[in-house]
Amino acid sequence: MKLAAEGAESAPTIGILYFPGSNCEHDAARALEGLGASTRLVWHAEDDLSGLDGLVVPGGFAHGDYLRPGAIARFSPAMDSLAGFAEAGGPVVGICNGFQVLTEAGLLPGALMRNAGLRFLCTTVECEVASTSSVLTTGVAKGRVLRLPINHYEGNFVCDPDTLAALEANGQVVLRYRDNPNGSVGDVAGVSNAAGNVVGLMPHPERASDELLGSSDGLPLLAAFLRAALAKRERAGIPATSATARA
Amino acid sequence: METELGKSVGDEAPDGAHRPLGLTDEEFGAIVTLLDRRPSALELAMYSVMWSEHCSYKSSRVHLGRLPSEGPQVLVGPGENAGVVDVGDGLAVALRIESHNHPSAVEPYQGAATGVGGILRDVFTMGARPIALMDPLFVGPLEEAHSRFLLDGIVRGVAGYGNSVGVPTVGGQITFDPCYRGNPLVNVFCLGLLRQEHLVLSAASGVGNLAVLLGSRTGRDGIGGVSVLASSELGADSDSTKRPSVQVGDPYEEKRLIEACLELLGADLVVGIQDLGGAGLACATSETAAKGGLSMDVDVSAVPRREPRMSAVEVMTSESQERMLAIVTPDALAKLEEVCRRFEVEATVIGRVAERDPDGVGRLRIRDGENGRLLAELPAASLSEDAPRYRRPIAAPADLAERQAAGPEALPMPERCDEDLLALLGDAAWIYRQYDHQLFLNTVRGPGEADAALLRLSAPGIDWNGKALAISTDANPGWCKIDPRAGTAATVAESVLNVSCTGATPLALVNCLNFGNPEHPEVMWELSESIDGMAQACLALGVPVVGGNVSLYNASEGADIDPTPVVAVLGLLDELGSAPPGPGWRDGDAIVLLGNEASGLAGSRWARQLHGCAGGSFPPVDLAAHDRLCRLVRGLVASELAADEAQRPDLVHGIHDVGDGGLAVAIVECAVAGGAGCAVEVFSSEELFAEQPPRVVLATSDPERLLATASRAGVAGRILGQAGGDRILVERTSADAAGDSPNVIVDLALDEVRVAQARRLPEALDAPVGTA
Repeated sequence: MKLAAEGAESAPTIGILYFPGSNCEHDAARALEGLGASTRLVWHAEDDLSGLDGLVVPGGFAHGDYLRPGAIARFSPAMDSLAGFAEAGGPVVGICNGFQVLTEAGLLPGALMRNAGLRFLCTTVECEVASTSSVLTTGVAKGRVLRLPINHYEGNFVCDPDTLAALEANGQVVLRYRDNPNGSVGDVAGVSNAAGNVVGLMPHPERASDELLGSSDGLPLLAAFLRAALAKRERAGIPATSATARA
Repeated sequence: METELGKSVGDEAPDGAHRPLGLTDEEFGAIVTLLDRRPSALELAMYSVMWSEHCSYKSSRVHLGRLPSEGPQVLVGPGENAGVVDVGDGLAVALRIESHNHPSAVEPYQGAATGVGGILRDVFTMGARPIALMDPLFVGPLEEAHSRFLLDGIVRGVAGYGNSVGVPTVGGQITFDPCYRGNPLVNVFCLGLLRQEHLVLSAASGVGNLAVLLGSRTGRDGIGGVSVLASSELGADSDSTKRPSVQVGDPYEEKRLIEACLELLGADLVVGIQDLGGAGLACATSETAAKGGLSMDVDVSAVPRREPRMSAVEVMTSESQERMLAIVTPDALAKLEEVCRRFEVEATVIGRVAERDPDGVGRLRIRDGENGRLLAELPAASLSEDAPRYRRPIAAPADLAERQAAGPEALPMPERCDEDLLALLGDAAWIYRQYDHQLFLNTVRGPGEADAALLRLSAPGIDWNGKALAISTDANPGWCKIDPRAGTAATVAESVLNVSCTGATPLALVNCLNFGNPEHPEVMWELSESIDGMAQACLALGVPVVGGNVSLYNASEGADIDPTPVVAVLGLLDELGSAPPGPGWRDGDAIVLLGNEASGLAGSRWARQLHGCAGGSFPPVDLAAHDRLCRLVRGLVASELAADEAQRPDLVHGIHDVGDGGLAVAIVECAVAGGAGCAVEVFSSEELFAEQPPRVVLATSDPERLLATASRAGVAGRILGQAGGDRILVERTSADAAGDSPNVIVDLALDEVRVAQARRLPEALDAPVGTA
């Protein structure tokens, strides 16, 4: 399922921004590379995002989740660059801890509280694609049910009723749990910003990237993200020869 | 030197100071003889922790040599921080299992959390990236509030540390028994992957090299953890008075330490490295010096501290977590510091490797300041290698014959077994759902999905080569209580079978021997018998023991725990082309049982849990027959996993071992996993609950072919029945010649057993706070 890469020239380069305490950066890279993308790990202290067509903030425990998940990570130099990248329309996805970081940074609405059951949860859940107007779901059928692993203690999405209504109306609720595992309002599993280019989700699409692991339902999402990254690069007019993708 | 010591220290240990530190008068005498003078206060403290049962294995060492530890695949055997096994392609696996029992009894969250932290350091010390954890747990009955408190804290501790440090917990087991009421067992297994050229040992080589302390600052936590806490029985007041001896973990510090150390080792920036665990700096400095056969000068004042006014004794014996001692050349120091800065890991030079003394002895010298006052000077090896070894008295329990005579044969077996079966069901999902068991994208079969965890052989920086690793941790105190020798052999047999059920070939075993008070001759008998049983089974099944841990003094309120040897078997699968069959069967499958006929209920959970019967004569496993069974199963499953789909025979649809809970529990687990009921026929109700010998249930569409293959392999087997429908139906073959029709002994709706299995732990443990 090499959706992104027909040749080295058309493969996007994805930056994976990681902090001390992140732990899903290698997994995200592996899954994206499996789809033909090229990846570059970006340490949180760097601020140079040049040459990157999309950004992933992976899962884990940035700064140990101390104080509050994402609360310290948002001050890293790379986050300023990421905000600029997002503002310019670049595709950004935050997975799990990455979602928490993006909400703390104010790039996504809402916040993530402790699970309703007050326990860490690692299990596979069913999610429904609720909107196709985000970089993660463009081209994926609305209503499609995906089996995706979750792995979090603080995945209980919360926002005030007006915000939720606005998110629903704008198509910013990207993924919805079929059987809410953590108490999230509106069964929200993933949201986007108003422009749809910044997405956060608690489920881990990279963990559903191979039938050997029990599900490959994450691949359509990651493939959509790579298509958006490729489109971004074409918009930016980066000559094909400068691509660093692997064949 | 001695005069300098005597003169300048002036704080010679006062009379009787050794006793509260856990040293006997004889051991104190041995120290005086060894030093040829009275020890200083610091020296005495260092001996007390290093000569503790926990660090010195003084009661078990004379027995451990009987375990087979050799094989062409073994790169590092027992004695280092972890065993290391060759898995081909220039790669190796480091593995180890350890207990953190006493700390978990006193403070379950931190006890379990730091157990995880400690075992991780043992593995990455070898240069390996930790990629999997497993946690066999043993607690008192779920009906008791204190057991629930302990289990809840232990699971939160494993989750809180393991998830955050970024290493998946891919399996384990849970055992409930009254003998663990006041003394739960928390064993943690860790597996790491490395390139063979990055294998590092802990010897301090090279005179002039620097000893650099990495990681956390040293605090007052965990002082005397190994001696005061881990090497004596917990008293009734244990949970309050011993709490200061429990360490507190910081998984975030450990995560950064792992990344920094792996980078240092990968870049060849260190010549030796040793983790700081039990006995802290006293252990790490003396062991690195002793293994290198050299001396080491340590400046205790250089050690970064968490608290002011810590004494040298506190600094040298603190068990503060997340610290490593690296030996580096002076040239490499600047590069090491640069790496550590990037990962925000503190690095401090605290000592220097020195020549042996003119008398040929490598000494450990501790000073207060680089050229300051000498606080201790002792032969480095004397702390570890000269530790006392006891051949403690051994005696079979006085009531052994009596217990063996009181077997389960006379227990009432009901006409209908539905209730008994339901009472034996349980599901560990409540536990493993709290653990990240998927990180690194390796988990092909995780907890609850197969008899062993099955992982792709890959790690960050090591691409998948198509192979897989299987791991199973096993223990059965019920079997070992009755017959520690045969019970331990059966435990090894089960573990090897579990690994075989994923198609993998066993490569190595590590053990954690949890026993009671070694000063009780019956406990030493159990330990000795258990080691012999393990040796027998390992030899017969071709699995070397590459490492282990011994945890003694597991007792509370005066009663020793039942003997609980835990084993972890590692297997290698050469070709993983598809996920192996799990326990689930498909509608219409024939159900086949492979293995010798069931041999009684002694030691079974049915006898023990439902009838309180821990007696009888435990049937020894026929190890030659078991080896044939394991090889057969391994071959059958491995051929289903061929990379080339056309080569897969599609003979085995489901597979599950018969062990704890017997055939009854096995068929329920298969039915629940497959979403299909079954109709099976057994010889007797006893056969339904018997746990010996280890057998296998297979689901297949071609039972004749399967049985013919088994027969050629010299393995007994028969068709039990068929999968399908929405009920679990078990009938008994009429035993009498009168020709009565078979009668139903179990008839339960699949939904009912599913609910019974799933609800036990959540109902007990997610109850609202404050309920009894």
